[in-house]
This record gives sequence, C-alpha cells and structure tokens, in this order.
Amino acid sequence: MSTLETTTVTGEQHESHHHGPAAGIGRWLFTTNHKDIGSLYLWFSLLMFLTGGVMALLIRAELFQPGLQLVEPGFFNQMTTMHGLIMVFGAVMPAFVGLANWMIPMMIGAPDMALPRMNNWSFWILPFAFAILISTLFMDGGAPNFGWTFYAPLSTTYAPPSVTYFIFAIHIMGISSIMGAINIIATILNMRAPGMTMMKLPLFVWSWLITAFLLIAVMPVLAGVVTMMLMDIHFGTSFFNAAGGGDPVLFQHVFWFFGHPEVYIMILPAFGIISQIIPTFSRKRLFGYASMVYATASIAILSFLVWAHHMFTVGMPLVGELFFMFATMLIAVPTGVKVFNWVTTMFRGSLTFETPMLFAIAFVVLFTIGGFSGLMLAIAPVDFQYHDTYFVVAHFHYVLVPGAIFAIMAGTYYWLPKWTGHQLNECMGRWHFWLSFIGVNITFFPMHFIGLAGMPRRIPDYALQFADFNMVASIGAFIFGFSQLLFVWNVIHNVRSGEAAPARVWEGAEGLEWEVASPAPYHTFTTPPRVE
Amino acid sequence: MGTIRITTCSFMLSLLLVGNAQAAWTLNLTPGVTEISRSVYNLHMTIFWICVAIGVVVFSIMFWSIFHHRKSRGAKAHNFHEHTLVEVIWTLIPLGILVAMAVPATATLIKMYDPSDAELDVQITGYQWKWRYQYLDQEIDFFSNLSTPREQISNEAQKQAHYLLEVDRHLVLPTDTKIRLLLTANDVIHSWWVPALAVKKDAIPGFINEAWTRIEEPGIYRGQCAELCGVDHGFMPVVVEAVPPAEFEQWLADARAQQDAAAAAAGRSWTLEELMTEGEQVYQRVCAACHQPNGTGMPPAFPALVNSPVVLGDVERHIDIVLNGVQGSAMQAFREQLSAAELAAVITYERNAWGNNTGEAVAPSRIVQLLQGDGQSEQEGGQ
Ligand code: HEC
Ligand code: HEM
Ligand SMILES: [Cu+2]
Ligand SMILES: [Cu+2]
Repeated sequence: MSTLETTTVTGEQHESHHHGPAAGIGRWLFTTNHKDIGSLYLWFSLLMFLTGGVMALLIRAELFQPGLQLVEPGFFNQMTTMHGLIMVFGAVMPAFVGLANWMIPMMIGAPDMALPRMNNWSFWILPFAFAILISTLFMDGGAPNFGWTFYAPLSTTYAPPSVTYFIFAIHIMGISSIMGAINIIATILNMRAPGMTMMKLPLFVWSWLITAFLLIAVMPVLAGVVTMMLMDIHFGTSFFNAAGGGDPVLFQHVFWFFGHPEVYIMILPAFGIISQIIPTFSRKRLFGYASMVYATASIAILSFLVWAHHMFTVGMPLVGELFFMFATMLIAVPTGVKVFNWVTTMFRGSLTFETPMLFAIAFVVLFTIGGFSGLMLAIAPVDFQYHDTYFVVAHFHYVLVPGAIFAIMAGTYYWLPKWTGHQLNECMGRWHFWLSFIGVNITFFPMHFIGLAGMPRRIPDYALQFADFNMVASIGAFIFGFSQLLFVWNVIHNVRSGEAAPARVWEGAEGLEWEVASPAPYHTFTTPPRVE
Repeated sequence: MGTIRITTCSFMLSLLLVGNAQAAWTLNLTPGVTEISRSVYNLHMTIFWICVAIGVVVFSIMFWSIFHHRKSRGAKAHNFHEHTLVEVIWTLIPLGILVAMAVPATATLIKMYDPSDAELDVQITGYQWKWRYQYLDQEIDFFSNLSTPREQISNEAQKQAHYLLEVDRHLVLPTDTKIRLLLTANDVIHSWWVPALAVKKDAIPGFINEAWTRIEEPGIYRGQCAELCGVDHGFMPVVVEAVPPAEFEQWLADARAQQDAAAAAAGRSWTLEELMTEGEQVYQRVCAACHQPNGTGMPPAFPALVNSPVVLGDVERHIDIVLNGVQGSAMQAFREQLSAAELAAVITYERNAWGNNTGEAVAPSRIVQLLQGDGQSEQEGGQ
C-alpha cells in the first residue's frame, strides 16, 4: 500500500502514484477518495446553486412590479419554498462538506477521511434526495408550497399530496448530513498527523469539528419533526392538529430547535474559511487563535438556547420572550469577537487583494451588517414589527449570500489552484467579485427599507408604496444572478488551463495543504508528516 | 418628547406623499399612533444607531488598514497575534451595551404583555383568506375581505392608491380606549399585523392569543397578514378605522341595525330577480376568487360551476356544499360568513347564471330553517 519514504513537512513530496484514479464513470460512482468526493460535492452544490438561483430570479421577476404578471400565486409559493430548500440543503451545506472533504485530510496530514466508503454513500444519496424533491414540481397539486420552514398545519392538513415526497427527501438529506458529520469528527479526532495537537488545528478544521457536532445534534430533530408530520398526514395522529388535541406551536418549537443551530451550521465553516484566508493575504498570523476557537464553541452552545427568537409573535409567556431575547442578544458577543479578531489580523499586516481576499473582506463587512440586523431582530418588542417582513429577508440574505456563499467562493478561489494546479485568472476573478458585490447589495439592501415600510415576506404581489425598492431589488438580483456565470466560467477555465501553480500558491499561506504539490496528487500524506 | 413630535410630523408628511404620489421611497418604520408603537419605534432607532456607531468604528479601522497597511505601499507585517486584555475589553464593552439595550426593551415588552383593564374585547379569527371580527359584548360579527378588484391585480385596470390594502368592511375601533384583541384561526396559522399599532400576533387554530392597543389618533391604518397561510396569503389585508368614541357608539348602533335588517330580510319573500341581483354581488365578492367571475373555475383545483352536476342537480346537495363546505378542500363552510339571504341569493344565482338555467329559486326562509335546524350540532362542531 504505502512506500516507506518519509515525508517531512518542508520536504518534497514523494507520493506513490501507482494508485491513480480509476478510469471512466466508475471512478466517480465507486470512489472512496476524499478529493474525488470533495469534487463531487462541490459540482453538485454548484448545480443546485444555479437551480435555486433560477427560481430566485423567477421570484424577483414576478416582484419586479406590483400586480401578477408571470406566475400564479400558487406557483409563486412553490418557488419560494423550493428556492429556500434547495439553497439551504442543496447549495450551502454540500459546498461546505465538499470543502471539508478536500481540505480537512490535507490540513491535518491524513491520507483520506476516516470512513471512506461511508463518505461515498453520504454523497451519492444526495442526488436522489434532490431528484425526489425537484420531481414534486411535476406532480398533481404541485410542489411543496408552505415555505422552507413548513409550518403545520399548512404543511400537514392543508398540504399538497407531494408533501410525502418532500418528507422522504428531507430524511435522505438528513442521513447524508449525519454520515458526513460522523466522518468529519472521526477524521479530525483520529487521523491527525503526529504533532498536530488540537490547538494547532487550522481554524477551518476547528469550525468544521464544531459544526459536525451541531449536525449530529440537530439533524435527528429535523427527522423527528418531519416524521411527526408524516404520522399526522397518513397515520391519523394529531401532533400538530388542534382539532385532534394537537399543538401547531409544538411544530415550530421542534423545527426551530433544529433551525437555529442549522443557521450556524451554514456559517461556522464560513468563519473557518475566512480565518484561513485573511491571515494569508495579511501575511500575518491570525489574531487571537484561542479566542476564535472559544468564540466558535460558545456560539455553537448558545445556538441551542435561542430557537424561539423565530417565534416571538406566537404568544409565548413573557418570561419565555425575555429568556430568548437575552440569550439571542448574548450570541452577538462571541460573533463580535470574531469580527474584531479578523479586523485586528488585517491591522498592521502587509495586505494584498487577490480574489479570495476580496471575497473575504466583503464577507467581513457584509456579514457584520447581517449581524447588526440580527441584533435588531433580537429585541423582541421591535421584532413584532420586523417579523415575517422583508427586513428578515434582508437579514438572512446578508448572512447567507455575502456570508456563507461569499465564503464558499472565497474558499474555492483560494484552494482552486491547489486542486487544479493552475493559477487563477485574477482579472476574471475581480470581475466576478465586483459584479457580485454590487449585485448583492443592490438586491438585498433595499429589502431592509421595504421591510421597515411594512411589506410582509412570501407574497407574490404588493401594495404600491413598495414598488420602487422592489424594482431596484429585482434589477440587483439579475445582476447578481448573471454574474455567477462568470464564476462557472472561472472554475471551468481554471480546471482546463492556466499557468502552473507552485505548491505554496499564495505568498503568505501557512499550513500542511501548501506543502503538497499543486495539483495535489491523488493520494497525499500516505505517510504522515511530522508537525513541529 | 420634542423629537417624537417631529418624527410623527414628518411621518404624517410622508403619509401624505404616499397618498398623493402613489409610490414613494418609504425608508423607515412608522412611529405609529399608540404609546407602545412609539416606544417600539424609539427602541428601533436606538438599536439602529448603536449598530451604526459600532459599524463606523469597526469598518474605519478596517479601511484604515486596507489603505495604509497594503503591501503595495511597502507595509511590513507586524508580528502580534494575541492580547488578552484587548480580548477581554472587546468582550465586555459589547456586553455592557447589550445590557443597556435590554433594559428599555424589557420595559416595553412588559407593557405590551399587560392587557388588563380593557374596555372593549374584539375577537379576530383568521380564515383562508379573510378576517372575521367579533365584538364580544356587542353581538357584532362580520367578515372582512379584500376589496381590490381582480382586474387591478391582473393588470387589466389602473391600480388605485390602496391597492391590496383595502377591504369591504373595516374593523372600526374607538380611539382613546384600551382594546383587547383575542386572536385565533379557523384553518392554518395567520398573523394579524397593523404597523401603526405595533401589534403583530399570530392567529393559531386551537389557541387564543391576546394583544391590546390604545389608539390615540382617528384614522385608517392598514396592515396585512404576516404568516404564510396558503395561496392567497398576499391578499388578506387588515384595515383598522379608528374613530372617536361617540362616533364609535353610533357605528355600533348602525351595525346592529344592519345585522337586524339582514335577519329580517331573510324572513320576507324574494323574487327570482331580486335573488339574482343580490346573488351576483355576493358571488363576485366571495366566490369568484376561486370559481372565476364567469363560473368556469380553474380545474382541477377549483371546479367549474357552469354545467356542474351539483349545481344542475339536487338542490339539497348544492345547499349543503355551500353551507357546510367540502371537508379537506378549499371549499369552506359559508354558513357563518354570509347571511341567510345572501346564501339563498348566491345559490340561486349559481343555478341560473351562465346558462345554468334551472329556473329554480332558493328562498331565504328555507336557509333560515336549515341554519336553525342544525344550529345545535354546529355549535359543537365549531368548538
Ligand atoms: C377558496 C376557494 C373557493 C371559494 C372562495 C369558493 N369555493 Fe366553491 N369550491 C371550491 C373547491 C376547491 C371546490 C371543490 C370541492 C371538492 O369537491 O373537493 C368547490 C366546490 C363548490 C361547489 C360544488 C361544485 C362541484 O361541481 O363539485 C359549489 C356549488 C361551490 N363550490 C359553490 C361555491 C360558492 C357559492 C362560493 C361562494 C359563496 C364558493 N363556492 C366559494 C373552492 C372555493
Ligand atoms: C448576530 C447574530 C445573529 C442574530 C442575533 C440573529 C437573529 C435572528 C433573529 C432574531 C431572527 C428571527 C427574525 C424573525 O423572523 O422575526 C433571525 C432570522 C434568521 N436568521 Fe439570524 N441572527 C444572527 C445570525 C445569523 C446567521 C449567522 C445566519 C445564517 C448564516 C442567520 C440566518 C437566519 C435565517 C435563515 C433567518 C430566517 C429564518 C426564516 O424565518 O425563514 N442568522 N435571525
Ligand atoms: Cu435564529
Ligand atoms: Cu397569511
């Protein structure tokens, strides 16, 4: 299996090349190689990102002007629901898992993931889950139309028949995520190279370790809540049906007990990526490594105690409102610490602004804006005005698009030369960055105003006083949407051609992944490196 | 206090602008017309300025670094990467700010949660896709439907100023009176929201939620349903009309008289023409959303009534469907939403319009009989 050559951290790589990839489609179907599986996840995520994006553009096209122009309200609701589900479960989560697959073994000096066959499974059930989900669009009664939060009883007693397929799809996605998380934990805890102690782990690895625990804790809760729905729909139970003695609010408690940690599942790995990129392009060590780890851990723990901030208007008792308000405000503290650390890392560094750094800086600024609106939403009495309006839509898009998605793109640009062996085309990278940056702000910033002015979310048509900003937002959405074609072009172009990249692609980059050649050989660290 | 008046004033100005110019670049939350809504507005502005201040500090430092510490200007990286005191400070300062913010927020929340000493109770029930208002001690009970014509929504007619924010019957409330709102729903979860009152509360089937308000200025305040509740979630506005107490008493008397007149109308005999005229109005207002103005429906979701076997067939079955709805479908029970005369009229209309020439008329008295006959069992079913 392995040769007896020793690989030192600084030395040349002498990888055994006799285990190259298999030929043909079989390589991808049966692969247990973390790099192949990482690529599969990333391509899949890109496909889902574009699919969900088309739906978003349809929504924005309908909302370009007041009145119903393009789609019926029923189909509009299917679009908002599918857009949300596809982006959350199909684009953001698989992209992070893909990055984890590619990078974690290389960052900790492991030859592969701990459980490679399970790794193959966790990816390959995903396309089935989404095939089932998307096929509901063509079913009688249409696709799920109850929002990505699928509140009962709209999603049970009043749901279209396709809801059963939706439940099945969610189960498969959940199983996939849990398997992925187990694999990541097992890899990080067991496969670190000698000398790679926990407090030396790159922050991307740390944040994924914490995220994986969140996943294992809450995906079963999601599975539980959809199973309760299934029972209500088909087996005569009344968990959520008031007429049968059930409790529709219970649904929301269970859902958000999953849902709030879920939003952190979508941002913690992003924090990790940004914590890798900013030091590299500042040519300076990350400020406050230990406090970053503790901040991430405390965010994760707090995220189990704030779920009902999504439910301030359901009529909780006063003490409940107060508890969830205080706990939510508290979460802003460790989040603030992270932002301060990033800024201080840049302070007195030696900065350059290659494409990954541009995305990382935009992340810090725009994610912070999303954090600010989050803080505003945490103030329960004021949330009565914001809740379920476009203000919330603006908030979560600021944390998810220029937050999670920008971090994924930053990470992709950062590590792409390592994957393909080709230097980036900086000029095209910049074009993609600036168009995305401008587009995202034109799209989502006005949504703060529309929300404050009183426009509810999830409506296909609106009163005239919201018209101007909606038009602006729609124009922004098309700018943002079409700029993503540049991303696709950049990636494909980089896979096929480009200047040869050295092992240490970026001048200031530190870490084991930069010790291996570019492109990274099919098998890396078959003999563990020694970390000083 | 002064600033509040100024902001209220500029808000009224901007309202005028909205009214005149149809579209305006409304930017901010409304300060509203209640003490609570103004507290909420002040909290909103406070937390907003706190965020702005923090943002200015953090982003200035960042942009300072971006300009001055760039490699192209010869910046050399310094080598510091830890400082416990700094870390402690920037944990404690935000914590302090948050505690300072939590105090007024808690105070406002406690006030919002105190509906005691209310002088008027109104029960609000969400239905797919309309609101029902019951004045509990006044025996007044009516539904409030969107009144924007379909042609405006489908862009066949010019949209009017209150497009999608207008209803056939306003919720009329007295000013300077503490009003308790009891919210519930009949089918799925809805959320009753009027920004100017800073009241948003979910209407949940099987639950009764409480909220309260005390409106200080007469006027018409518009809001919308704020919880996704199905296809027409975007089309169930809330319109509150606040009037001085004396005027409110007058309105109560009128509304009661109107209700009595409707009951009396059911007692007299109606001609086929009368029923057809009344029926067409009811049909266009209530049924056309699903069955379409010309009765062709939108199969398979909403069946056509033209040539429908139900409409052309046994009248008892037709009446039963309209009164009691079809379980598990969008066809609701209309027995509580419409008066006996309206029910009789709309059924008659369906049986004689668009070439459904059955020539049969359903007498309002017949409906009254049916409604009274099984009123008892309905009481139980409705609980
Ligand atoms: C929210 C949509 C909606 C509204 C509003 C509505 N209906 Fe219906 N209606 C339906 C649906 C759906 C059915 C089919 C029920 C079934 O059999 O599953 C139906 C069925 C019917 C039928 C039986 C037709 C047949 O061929 O089966 C009649 C009669 C009828 N409705 C009358 C009315 C009247 C009268 C009104 C107004 C007072 C009205 N409907 C308002 C949705 C609606
Ligand atoms: C400072 C940190 C944050 C705070 C204080 C915060 C607070 C809140 C609050 C109170 C709400 C509920 C608003 C309402 O519906 O009335 C909310 C909604 C939401 N937040 Fe955050 N948030 C923070 C960060 C994040 C992050 C990092 C993400 C994801 C990356 C996120 C994603 C979301 C989403 C998706 C929703 C809307 C869910 C829905 O109703 O569909 N938030 N946030
Ligand atoms: Cu949350
Ligand atoms: Cu609604």
